[in-house]
Amino acid sequence: MEKILEVENLNVSFNTYAGEVKAVRGVSFELSRGETLAFVGESGCGKTVTAKSILRLLKPPFAVIKPESKIVCNGKDVLKMNKKELCEFRGDEVGMIFQDPMTSLNPTMTVGKQIMESLMIHKKLDKKAAREEAIKMLKLVNIPSPEKRIDNYPHEMSGGMRQRVMIAIALACNPNVLIADEPTTALDVTIQAQIMDLMMELKTEMNTAIILVTHDLGVVANFADRIQVMYAGEVVERGTTKEIFNESKHPYTWALLRSVPRLGSESKEELYALGGTPPDLLLPLNHCPFADRCEYCMPICKERKPPETVLSDTHKVSCWLMHEKAPKVESFYDRRDK
Amino acid sequence: MMVNHDVTDRMENIPDEKFTIIGIDKDAEAPTRPRVGYWRDAWRRLKENKVAFAALIILLILVFFILFGPAISGYEFEQIDADAINKGPSAEHWFGTDDLGRDLFARVWQAGRVSIIIGILGAVIASVVGSIYGGIAAYFGGAVDDIMMRIVEVLLSIPYLIIVILISVITDSKSLGTMLVALTLTGWCGIARLVRGQMLQLKSQEYVLAANALGVAPIKIILKHMIPNTIGMIIVAITFDIPGYIFSEAFLSYVGLGIQPPSTSWGALASAAQQNFMFYPYQLMFPALMIALTMLSFTLLGDGLRDALDPKLRK
Amino acid sequence: MGEYIVEAKNLCKYFKAGKNQTLKAVDGVNIRLKKGETLGLVGESGCGKTTCGRTLVKLYDATSGTVLFEGKDVSKLHGKELLAFRKDAQIIFQDPYASLDPRMTIGEIITEGMNVHFHMSEKEKEAKVNELLHKVGLNAEYANRFAHELSGGQRQRVGIARALAVEPKFIVCDEPISALDVSIQAQIVNLLIKLQREMGLTYLFISHDLSMVKHISDRVGVMYLGSMVELASNHALYDHPVHPYTQALISAIPEADMDEEGTKKRVHLEGEVPSPINPPAGCRFKARCKYAKEICGQEMPALKEVEPGHFAACHMCGKEDW
Repeated sequence: MEKILEVENLNVSFNTYAGEVKAVRGVSFELSRGETLAFVGESGCGKTVTAKSILRLLKPPFAVIKPESKIVCNGKDVLKMNKKELCEFRGDEVGMIFQDPMTSLNPTMTVGKQIMESLMIHKKLDKKAAREEAIKMLKLVNIPSPEKRIDNYPHEMSGGMRQRVMIAIALACNPNVLIADEPTTALDVTIQAQIMDLMMELKTEMNTAIILVTHDLGVVANFADRIQVMYAGEVVERGTTKEIFNESKHPYTWALLRSVPRLGSESKEELYALGGTPPDLLLPLNHCPFADRCEYCMPICKERKPPETVLSDTHKVSCWLMHEKAPKVESFYDRRDK
Repeated sequence: MMVNHDVTDRMENIPDEKFTIIGIDKDAEAPTRPRVGYWRDAWRRLKENKVAFAALIILLILVFFILFGPAISGYEFEQIDADAINKGPSAEHWFGTDDLGRDLFARVWQAGRVSIIIGILGAVIASVVGSIYGGIAAYFGGAVDDIMMRIVEVLLSIPYLIIVILISVITDSKSLGTMLVALTLTGWCGIARLVRGQMLQLKSQEYVLAANALGVAPIKIILKHMIPNTIGMIIVAITFDIPGYIFSEAFLSYVGLGIQPPSTSWGALASAAQQNFMFYPYQLMFPALMIALTMLSFTLLGDGLRDALDPKLRK
Repeated sequence: MGEYIVEAKNLCKYFKAGKNQTLKAVDGVNIRLKKGETLGLVGESGCGKTTCGRTLVKLYDATSGTVLFEGKDVSKLHGKELLAFRKDAQIIFQDPYASLDPRMTIGEIITEGMNVHFHMSEKEKEAKVNELLHKVGLNAEYANRFAHELSGGQRQRVGIARALAVEPKFIVCDEPISALDVSIQAQIVNLLIKLQREMGLTYLFISHDLSMVKHISDRVGVMYLGSMVELASNHALYDHPVHPYTQALISAIPEADMDEEGTKKRVHLEGEVPSPINPPAGCRFKARCKYAKEICGQEMPALKEVEPGHFAACHMCGKEDW
């Protein structure tokens, strides 16, 4: 499959009053046309910062993308683009859906205008054509009576509908890549299900490559092709969805999978809980970032960064447990089912 | 794609003991970042704001001169010298002299005492009264709040000049006290509104609800939770109000409703100097400069304080 | 006292929402909790579960209906009795960032409640603070710190310690884990379960996270637009939900398991969650229910027992064309 996005050695830091916070440390990944890649991890792992960096949405001097980073989309070097090229790139080649539909839509513009804005800038459509196209988009995202709704303001719509509008805006110009930053976190469970179903439909219809940023493994299970698990600004494990759910090899991935109680489990039994908290990103970390909280921590883990072990074409892990000299341990996942 | 080159080279040389499982270090959970209290952090942020910090320095310098200026000059501010009438700035009289031969340097700083006192006292009194008023309105809410706020709105619509004139006519005195009363009589309304708004918002904060649920008495909630979280805002409001009071006093003295001789204020100095403006501009310039400098500095400081004291802006 | 420590009978809480509009946040809810049990309360935004929880601890006064605590009518409590109630009924809030006063140290936050209900010397208070911090898994050093120096999970633990400081019998946990990361959620839930066992606490656990609610609760109630639509033991509710809304809700839970996700039959719920302002007559769920018949639009269904211990408010369940 053709590669549409390549990110190499992405390093992003924030300059705060307390020092330099290294939010993203050497993240690399690829995305092929039409495929869905999920970034999974908890707050502070760097997944949102990575996603925003692709569109260069973080502003210097507060946020800095380090020079050793490389982002190439559809053959173009994103980090070297000037303002004009960047404007054309955003919305047209890459679209983005944000987490909170309350604050991501302009409250003083009708939703129709917000969709048309993108169309008129990138596709150079005139007002009439843009309005027709906008109605088509609203229909596509299953908003009832689109001809009437197009003139609604965001506050006249519910959370679920606003999120659909966001999807419509992002997909209006048929971009090659769609970045969805926690699109369902702020929504109720039944609405969440509706939105994920919608995204599934659109994915197949428009063949858009999708980057889904989320902390919810359940949402990912039936939606993503590949998953990369992030912790403290680094990718600790990556693989196809099947490999991550059934054959994961990193203790953090096990902890994530184990933390969610399954509906079939015994109630009030102790949930597997990771002790401690993620490391302070102010500090330089020259060893495995998960060492302090890992049940299987070894002395080497606190001294050096683990190399990325290749288990298959798609499955790669960064963990010292993969080293030939390390003891063989049981995955929590297997342990649980006994 | 992501391979750590230097490590692969040294893979074989890692000793076996490095691979025994040691698990989690239980003592690792102690807090690591140094403690930063609210005021210390605010001070640090204020210092980083170059403009506000410069304004603070200027104010401190002004205060220093106000306190010690007359002593430094060597002259009394009322000392009349018939030989030195209307002399420009020179080595003996740094700011020159007025039409009675009085040293302007001493007079300017003496006048500064009155202006600053009115400015600060006026702002503080208005703020204290306004805060209490606004706090009560916010705490009780409902009809009490409605009535209290309507009163405020009526008062706000009366121009303060009329009140000042009325009071000075009624009391037939034009002393410092009268001025203060007149200026603060309506000045507290703005702060009352601000504080009420802030307290209303605080009332529904979860930590206030938690205190309610714990059974903490209402007066304690106000004193321990709501006021400390409003103080930052009150301090900023005071800092912004001071220039207003200084200017009001200057204006009133300028039109003759304010400070009367022998006391003097910057406004009074400016008023006396305006007749000689064409010939001796320095007599007007120095008091006017001080007024402007003080007002500007307080405003810039207030700006900086607001940013420094707002916990939400903490990055 | 009877066997129930907390009882709500026909509880209603209405808010004024503009001219002639009433927001019926809680409309006729009946709840009973036995000592030591955990009742889970689930529902989506606007269903009234938070309002219900807060009314039970008298943070809001009920518009109508009664709340009984240990047999006594809560609205009739004054003075010392009210203070005793405040000691016995506590609440933990959702937002760890807003529930702690940013100007107080952790130690001060925890002792605030103690100062109201107990007479203790400084030394005794300090010892108790250390004990509580230890109990919730925090280093005693944190007593001198401020809230902003702690992470979300740590702050939530402080909120729990604050509630425990007054030695309550009943705690309303109002979405205590929603704002936390998944791995921290597990820590907090384990802690709550452990404390319940050790101290014999009764919980009302409010959440929209259905998996967590099932895990921690003995019985679960489902709310929709201000009324209770189903109430059953946790296993019964999740294994065979009876009310159409509950069925849709449970089928919508995303499972972190590929095989189950693939084979699950999802019940599709059309439409949006309607507004609790001026709700329609009859069953509130009618507009989105595919089984709705005429009677559903006329009469509000009452909670009926469809199996021992399993209640549902629906006109259609138990009928043939169901």
